[in-house]
Formats: sequence, structure tokens, C-alpha cells
Amino acid sequence: MHKFILKRLGLIIPVIIGVIFVIFTLTYITEGCPATMMLGDQAPAEDIAALRAELGLDYPFLVQFGRYVTNVAQLDFGTSFASRRPVFEEIIARFPTTVHLASMSVVIAIAFGVPLGILSATKQYTIFDNGATIIGLLGLSIPNFWLGMIFILFFSVQLGWLPSSGFGTPMHWILPSFTIGISSMAIIMRMTRSSMLEVIRQDYIRTARAKGQKESKIIFNHALKNALIPVITVVGLQFGMLLGGAILTETIYSIPGLGRFMVDSIGRRDFPIIQGGVLLIALSFSFVNLMVDVLYAFVDPRIRSQYK
Amino acid sequence: MSTDKNIEIMDNPETAPSKKRSQLYDIWRRFSKSKTAMLGLFIMVVLILLALTADIIAPGDERRPGYDIQNLQNTFQPPSLEHPFGTDNFGRDIFARVAHGSRISLQVGLVVVSISMFAGVALGAVSGFFSGFVDNFIMRTVDILLAIPNILLAIAIASALRPGLGSVMIAVGISAISGYARIVRASVLSLREQEFIEAARSVGASNFRIITKHILPNCMAPIIVQATMGMASAISVAAALSFIGIGIQPPTPEWGAMLAESRRFIRDHWHMVMFPGVAIALIIFALNMMGDGLRDAFDPRLKK
Repeated sequence: MHKFILKRLGLIIPVIIGVIFVIFTLTYITEGCPATMMLGDQAPAEDIAALRAELGLDYPFLVQFGRYVTNVAQLDFGTSFASRRPVFEEIIARFPTTVHLASMSVVIAIAFGVPLGILSATKQYTIFDNGATIIGLLGLSIPNFWLGMIFILFFSVQLGWLPSSGFGTPMHWILPSFTIGISSMAIIMRMTRSSMLEVIRQDYIRTARAKGQKESKIIFNHALKNALIPVITVVGLQFGMLLGGAILTETIYSIPGLGRFMVDSIGRRDFPIIQGGVLLIALSFSFVNLMVDVLYAFVDPRIRSQYK
Repeated sequence: MSTDKNIEIMDNPETAPSKKRSQLYDIWRRFSKSKTAMLGLFIMVVLILLALTADIIAPGDERRPGYDIQNLQNTFQPPSLEHPFGTDNFGRDIFARVAHGSRISLQVGLVVVSISMFAGVALGAVSGFFSGFVDNFIMRTVDILLAIPNILLAIAIASALRPGLGSVMIAVGISAISGYARIVRASVLSLREQEFIEAARSVGASNFRIITKHILPNCMAPIIVQATMGMASAISVAAALSFIGIGIQPPTPEWGAMLAESRRFIRDHWHMVMFPGVAIALIIFALNMMGDGLRDAFDPRLKK
């Protein structure tokens, strides 16, 4: 088990450096000189030159990249053009709200997706199956930024049940978490359904039926354990999508999280914030996938035994 | 696919002589049996017709294109016979804008799929065919791109470029490459060891010829499925980029940009929010259904 975790940790490091490289390259090719951006167009040329030297912009690409990696390792993501404060401070202050939102969406996606998938598979070709399939198709097709607007239109404007902006109380959490969670719910549901259908056709399930085991025990004790293994991978991959979805959803519901801050920064052309935000989310996504892989080994003895 | 062909030939002895046609015909037959796939195809045909006839439905005048004809005396009209989707804050007909917007979305979808498919297929084929260092290098790069959620990568790329149609296509195209590369690599790996490849090599075919003439035609099925579904996600991500303001800029009637404009009026004018969103959802739905149908049609053994 330790060997497995160590091996997986070893694999994640080149990926992280690669992600930093991609983000750095994008910063590098971004139009406009950062020093001019920070000081404004009217600033004297000497001041701009001095700031360029201070920021290290006169060094070659690879030297700048080396410095960037060292800085990121020390949690220095650069300086915001708009506030002139460190990017890391700005984004980490808003990150917990986004994580909170994404986690609630994951819970919603799993809490609805897995049971609907099981229901759909065990009652294949019935009205439940068709109903779940239709929900799944809608969830996949409706873009979440539009779904958020429709929720506001219906639940806030029309019915007046739920608030349409802010993130103060649990009442504020309901609409945004459903907005983000529904597409993942659809994907998890489809995955659970197909994986469950595959498992319940296997011989050991027939054996369990033949020996007279109760149907509920067969589904929940025998089939579900194996059927959920591929679902775990999908949940891990969805977390990245949910963090991405949070960017749009936070904008719609005016939630003061990292996503909305990044969108506001796009308007201000504050690139260090955008790229720092992308980097932070990509890094947390990599760590979530690492944890999912470890969890995978934990629930699947076949993987565990390879590393004994 | 070769085993598939044999099964089909055994099943339908009368169609055996014209092998190529019969396989295409069988794929179409299986595709057309799926109601959802045919619904998807129907929606796509309607949207394509809408895009082709946008200039007839909503002709422009000498000063402004058809989607930007303003009438400030006629703002915020709810849907009516004259304006089926109502009018917006400049008194522009929303139906005209949605119709013209379908051109942009289809164009974005096609160009993005072309960029990502071309690059992804090339990378995946090379990676799967030449194992070792090349394979490792390409696949680690793909892992890196996969570590950044699709929409975030597109946002990061688009924010580094000048906002506009071209940047959106490049940003969304690059962020979708890794999906194709993975799928193609997996198919190439399974094909590489087969006898017909060995046969081609033994008669002196070059690597390039083996890849393009023998391997790629045999992994068309997963590529076409991925391209159909990839077009759906490309349109969705492009609309999202325009929605947050780094994509296609107003007054271009991109559906995501139209939704962004309508946000300010959500409390009083529901119709502005409704129709561009329905259009996006319909096109994504249609392409996903067609992708599902194509996958089952290409490989009936997968169908449950």
C-alpha cells in the first residue's frame, strides 16, 4: 500500500511541473507587458524598465520559468495587476467558498446519481429506467450557466422560494449546488447504470440468486461493491468539472468565491489572477485524483495486491 | 471492425458481394432504428437549415447585418406572431439573432473539432505506433493537459489571446486534443500487433503508409463518435467563454454572449433568457444523441 502511494506521488510531480509550465507559457505569451499593465500607459519609460528588471522580465524564457517554479513552490504566484497584492493571498482567501460549493455539488451528484443509476439498472426498460434516462440526457445537455439562470427565473423570481444571490445561509447554497451538480449527477447516473448492468449479468450474481439470496442483498451486498469501482473514477474526474462549473455558477449567483473573482479579473485584464486561479484549481484537481487512486486501491483488493 | 464485417456477411449472405456499401448501409440501418439518434439528427438538420437560411429569415439592410437591426421603439416585446422569440433591449428580434447565432455555433463546433481531431489523431497514432520514448513523451504531455479541467484550460488560453472568434476556436480546440489522442492511441495499440499490419510491413510499406492507409481507417469508428460528442462539448465551452466575456463579443449574436447580455433583465423579461439557452441545449442534446446512436451503430455488440 505504501509502495503504491509513493509510486503514485512520484507520478504526480512531473504532471504538476508540466501544468506550471503550461500556465507559465500562457503568461509569457499574453499580450501586453506586465510592467506597463501595473504602472499604466502614462508611466515614464524608466519606471517601466525598473519594474521589468525587478519582476525579472528581462531574463530568457527558461530562466524565467525556473524562477516561476521556485516561486510557485514557495506559494508565490506573482502580483495582481489590479490590487498590487500577492496573487496567492487573493485567491486562497476566496478558495474555501469554491471548495465548499464544489463539495456540496459532489454530494448532490452522488446522492442522486448512484441511487438513480441502480434503480435504472435493476428496473431496466421500465418507466423508472426511461425517466432516469431522460433526466440524465437533460442533465448532460443543459449548460450549467443557463440552468442557473432558469433556476433563478423559476425558484427566485417566479416562486420566491430561494434567494438568487449571495452565499450567506444554507438557503443560498441550494440553487448553486444543484446548478453545478446536475450535469455530474447525470454522468454518475449513466456510469452507475451501465456498470451495474454489466455486473448483474455475471455468474456470481446468478449463483447468489440460485442459492436463494434475497434480491436486495444481491444488489447491495454483491453487485454494488463491484459496480461502484468504475463510478469512483468518474466521481474523481467530475471534481475537476465541478470546479470549472463553479466559475460560471458563482458568476450567476454572485457568490464571492474564486470563480467569480477570476471572471471579474478577466474584465480587468488581471492575468496573474486568472492564471494563478487556473493553477490552483489544476493542482487541487491533481491531488483529488491522487486521493481517488489511493481510495481505488483501498476498495479494490486486486489493485492492492499488485503492490504487496 | 474486420470481425464485425464477417458477422454481417454471415448474417446477410445476399449483401455479401458489395462489402463496403453493405457495411455503411448496415451502420445506417442500425442508426436509424434508434429513435433518440434520429431525433438528434432531425434537430441537427433543422439547425443547419436555420443557419443556411438565416439571411432569408432575417435579411440585413445597407447599414446593419440581419442580427443587429435595432428598433428602439420596440424593446423588450414578449414573444408574438411578429417576433416569435420577442425582442431584446435594443428592440432586435431575438429569433433573428438566434438564427444567425446558429451559424456561429456550427462554425465554432466544426472548426474546433477539426483542430482537435487533426492534432489528437496525429499525436495518438504516432504515440501508439512508436512505443518507447515518443509514446512516453506524448502521453505525459496529454496527462498534463488532462490535469487541467477542460473549461479552465480554455479560459487560460483564451485570456492570453485577444478576445474573438479565432481565439475561442484555438482555445477550445487545444483543450480538447487530449481526448482524441487517448482514444486513438488505445485503438492503435490494439491494431498494431495484428497480422494485416505485419503483412503490410512485409511487402515494404512505410510507417507513414501503414498508419494512414491501414491503421487509421480501422479506428474511424471511435474517432467519429468522439468528434460528434466533441462538437457538443466544443459548442458548450465556447458559449461558456462568451458568457464570461472572453469569447465572442457583442453585437455578434453568439448564444452564450446573448445569455450574458440577458442577465441584467432576468427579473422582468424571461424571454430574453429562455431562447438562446434552449438553442444551446438543443444542439448539445442533438449531438450527444447522435454520438450515442453512432456508437451503438458502429459496434452493436456494445449495445445492452
